Amino acid sequence: MNITLRVWRQPNAETEGRMVTYGVENVSEHMSFLEMLDVLNERLTLEGDDPIAFDHDCREGICGQCGVVIDGQPHGPLQTTTCQLHMRSFADGAVIDVEPWRAEPFPVIKDLVVDRGAFDRIIQAGGYISVPTGSAPDAHATPVPKTDADMAFDAATCIACGACVAACPNGSAMLFTAAKVTHLNLLPQGQPERYSRVAGMVAQHDEEGFGGCTNIGECTAVCPKGIPFETISFLNRDLLGSLIKGNR
Amino acid sequence: MATVSLTPAKKAARSTVALKALMAVTGLIMLGYLIAHMYGNLKVFSGRASFDNYAHHLRDIGEPVLPHTGLLWIIRVVLLVSVILHAYAAIALWRRARVARGGTKRYVSPKARRGVQRSYASFTMRWGGVIIALFVIYHLLHLTANVIAPGGAAGSPYQRVVNGFQIWWVVLSYTIAMIAVGLHLRHGTWSALTTLGANTSAAARRRINALAYVVAAVITIGFLLPPFGILLGLVK
Amino acid sequence: MTEDNVVVDSIDADSVYVEGDPVMDTKAPGGPIEQRWDKRRFSARLVNPANRRKLSVIMIGTGLAGASAAATLGEAGYSVKTFCYQDTPRRAHSIAAQGGINAAKNYRNDGDSIYRLFYDTVKGGDFRARESNVYRLAQISVEIIDQCVAQGVPFAREYGGLLDNRSFGGVQVSRTFYARGQTGQQLLIGAYQALERQIAAKTVEMHTRHEMLELILVDGRARGVVVRDMVTGEIETHFADAVVLASGGYSNVFFLSTNAMGCNVTATWRAHRKGAYFANPCFTQIHPTCIPVTGDYQSKLTLMSESLRNDGRMWVPKRGEDKRDPRDIPEEDRDYFLERMYPSFGNLVPRDIASRAVKKVCDEGRGVGPSGLGVYLDFADAIKRLGKRAVEAKYGNLFDMYAQITGENPYETPMRIYPAVHYTMGGAWVDYDLESNIPGLYVTGEANFSDHGANRLGASALMQGLADGYFILPNTINDYLADGPFDKVDASHPAAVEAVEAVKSRIDKFLTTNGTRTVDSFHKELGHIMWEYCGMERSEEGLRKAISLIRDLKRAFWADVKVLGTNEELNQALERAGRVADFFELGELMCIDALHRRESCGGHFRAESQTPDGEALRNDDEFAYVAAWEFAGDNAKPILHKEPLVYEYIELKQRSYK
Repeated sequence: MNITLRVWRQPNAETEGRMVTYGVENVSEHMSFLEMLDVLNERLTLEGDDPIAFDHDCREGICGQCGVVIDGQPHGPLQTTTCQLHMRSFADGAVIDVEPWRAEPFPVIKDLVVDRGAFDRIIQAGGYISVPTGSAPDAHATPVPKTDADMAFDAATCIACGACVAACPNGSAMLFTAAKVTHLNLLPQGQPERYSRVAGMVAQHDEEGFGGCTNIGECTAVCPKGIPFETISFLNRDLLGSLIKGNR
Repeated sequence: MATVSLTPAKKAARSTVALKALMAVTGLIMLGYLIAHMYGNLKVFSGRASFDNYAHHLRDIGEPVLPHTGLLWIIRVVLLVSVILHAYAAIALWRRARVARGGTKRYVSPKARRGVQRSYASFTMRWGGVIIALFVIYHLLHLTANVIAPGGAAGSPYQRVVNGFQIWWVVLSYTIAMIAVGLHLRHGTWSALTTLGANTSAAARRRINALAYVVAAVITIGFLLPPFGILLGLVK
Repeated sequence: MTEDNVVVDSIDADSVYVEGDPVMDTKAPGGPIEQRWDKRRFSARLVNPANRRKLSVIMIGTGLAGASAAATLGEAGYSVKTFCYQDTPRRAHSIAAQGGINAAKNYRNDGDSIYRLFYDTVKGGDFRARESNVYRLAQISVEIIDQCVAQGVPFAREYGGLLDNRSFGGVQVSRTFYARGQTGQQLLIGAYQALERQIAAKTVEMHTRHEMLELILVDGRARGVVVRDMVTGEIETHFADAVVLASGGYSNVFFLSTNAMGCNVTATWRAHRKGAYFANPCFTQIHPTCIPVTGDYQSKLTLMSESLRNDGRMWVPKRGEDKRDPRDIPEEDRDYFLERMYPSFGNLVPRDIASRAVKKVCDEGRGVGPSGLGVYLDFADAIKRLGKRAVEAKYGNLFDMYAQITGENPYETPMRIYPAVHYTMGGAWVDYDLESNIPGLYVTGEANFSDHGANRLGASALMQGLADGYFILPNTINDYLADGPFDKVDASHPAAVEAVEAVKSRIDKFLTTNGTRTVDSFHKELGHIMWEYCGMERSEEGLRKAISLIRDLKRAFWADVKVLGTNEELNQALERAGRVADFFELGELMCIDALHRRESCGGHFRAESQTPDGEALRNDDEFAYVAAWEFAGDNAKPILHKEPLVYEYIELKQRSYK
């Protein structure tokens, strides 16, 4: 198949970007979207054009490093990571728009690459259980009800790709933040820091400049890991709990 | 938004989530008022005496514990505070979101502008809220303060209602406003309950959404029955 | 760049390397094996908590081994600086491990013990690992699970609230703890969170999107690194009292592997060029169950967890010409080859054995799929026995992944799988303390030559990475740091200046060559050579040919590579150029190592050394040693140092999984 790509090109954070059009011929439907970009980059290099910079690493949908907005949708038309999107999802002759995640806290570094350091800082603000190495009791000391363990796991599968932010009309990272709060606050091990965790993480979320959640659900509709919507309600409940309890 | 020296807990108390909770609570207060208001409106179908009596009686509920019109004023104050806080939170969150999303021109691609799955109602929250605010002012001037009097001023509340709603464009303006209210409630009810933590599972989500549809439909239809009843001559 | 002093015809094992003195692990204590780790912890000198802040450690890589070590050292009070090439430490490729992590908890009461895990691992590694190390690994496995559960890692649980286990290839007990098919992700995120907690506490300073390009040695000690800021291109120097490499494995020398695109050997290879021995480079693991290659544009291979072999049955048609739809092929025309060849372990034989069996049936012309390089992994029986829902609960995410990539529904038609390079047992040589032969240079996780011998058992990589990071390094590095802080070094030190110059001139060379071929085209060609001649089956003749092909290709690379742009920007081709340049040198050493090891063991299968029924045939008399290679210069033959392997507890036996 042959396709036309319109790609956001921006040399660096300081320079204005623009959409540039490229034709890509003889695309196999079995190619992944990123492999199609690889093929284009090989050609651009040989032609002496700067290849398109895009983030990627594991290419099996788990590391969370890849992610571009394809035709206005984060990660494209399927609910998966960009690396797991294959060209069979597009029609021959398609014109495909490719843009970076857009949000104030995710500044563009180059072309399709953005800086998601804000996520790390949200985790630093409480997204952990304080347990110094070697201080743990036996793994079976605290049974965890299976339903809680399963729900915590569902939330813990977040890969921090940032699609939720890119999709949210408010530029909110609430799904990312809520996934971590839910994961840790559901487990017995997470209880001692339950309220300081949620307060710290929400405060940092706002500090980074993310917007507020309006419960529209676009985040969960594009989340490649299907992080459940209810995590946000869980975060809300715990935050209100922390306000009532007047922690710290 | 938050200043540097605040502790995380204090920042959390001023956070977007706290603001949303404030919006949710104030919104639900106003929803409660709307339900009572709608109930009163429907009395127009029981005739002038019943309606005027009801309107009058509102002023002496709670007597003698409360002074005359005491409860009414309490309600008015609570509502006014709710409106102000609701609007304040809305404006603050809207301004944040506008910056956070990276400006109004976000994606160049014209595709998927409507989002992936979001409801139409969710698009109407902000301008819908403004319409409702403007409408409330007009509405108070018309039927409460008796300042604007399409169809003729009258001492009897019943008469004011009937006078006004015999005119098609008055009914039309109320209809538009009530549709805006309906859409606002469709997303607002869902969003408020979710913000307060009720969205606990996919099943809960279905229930809250169903409830939001019911609330929106009941309020919209309930408020539109009297004007249309009058316009169509069922109430004279 | 390279001037060869050997012509192709004369490339044989003896003309491509020279043998040096044996190397010894001087830190491993003697005595009863179960007391050795205690003894070493006791003999290692301690650092007063008040002094730790003045001691600094550089950590390269933040996967399981790096993040866990950095967090633990930070908690202990040392000043730690960490570097990773990804945009956040949470993306390290440890995240992709699916199946699980072993621990000798014996929660199943099925006869497991520390000793059995030790035994299984040594045997699974085909007797090419150190007994002391492996025993320690088995001991620590128990603590790892405790630590991770306390951190909130959501392992699979049963209805009673206790942890679930499953079994894995090469063993007959259920000792594998798992979090659906995402165990590596959950463990890495646990370590990542512990690391972020230390970053917040300011004991660890994190540098993301930074790549180590050179090691700085001062007075024979590892004292710093040269890194490139991958966003601005700035070449920076960082100094510390000790340097730890936790930079992962080198499977990407094959271009196509299950590793992440960015995984590379540069950190350990640069250290190797500065004197660190590189041990057993030819020991690579080919994982039997990966999704087959579809085309030459392919950029990576995707693993399907080994756990699938618990319920999936591997088969091919009995006759190669049988091209029917697999569902239409009746039982009597199918060959369940693993069950036939290895009746007692069946589909659960270790990875190297399963991979070779797959290769064998494909070589016989019975492979399936468009390329003929594939076998079926069939769940029809499991679905019939357990029901679709039970299978979905166990493997749902793996099935989804398969469907996503291939466009086929594995609930309906059998999966097609083929082996792919997955893990490298070889790596920097380290002693019992995880210290390389360069004082102050420690290597952890997959980057060291590790505890796996010639083949790694499933669910052991996560165990080793975390054992190294949480428990071993933090209890051994203090013995070295007790002598510190060492004299202050800064960027003006001649050793630093020289290292920076070397890095800059290499970058300059890439950017100014302006040839006609892309970096990837060279990398792919190198990968083909490695897979063809240094893959699942190696031969004297093939390896000789490979060495000569690699040398030619390396020359062509340095003369004809095309890298556009400048250093002072995000330049992904430039990053890759440096990595591929190091892969050439590594690839050559791998072939030399494979050539010199004239025996088959574990993942290293020499065609010349097999039993009558085609199994790997070890030669313990001549090759029961670790091959530690010393870099002798760009055009010089590498020097082989042998570390003899002594087995006091486990009897050397031919592995049998029949």
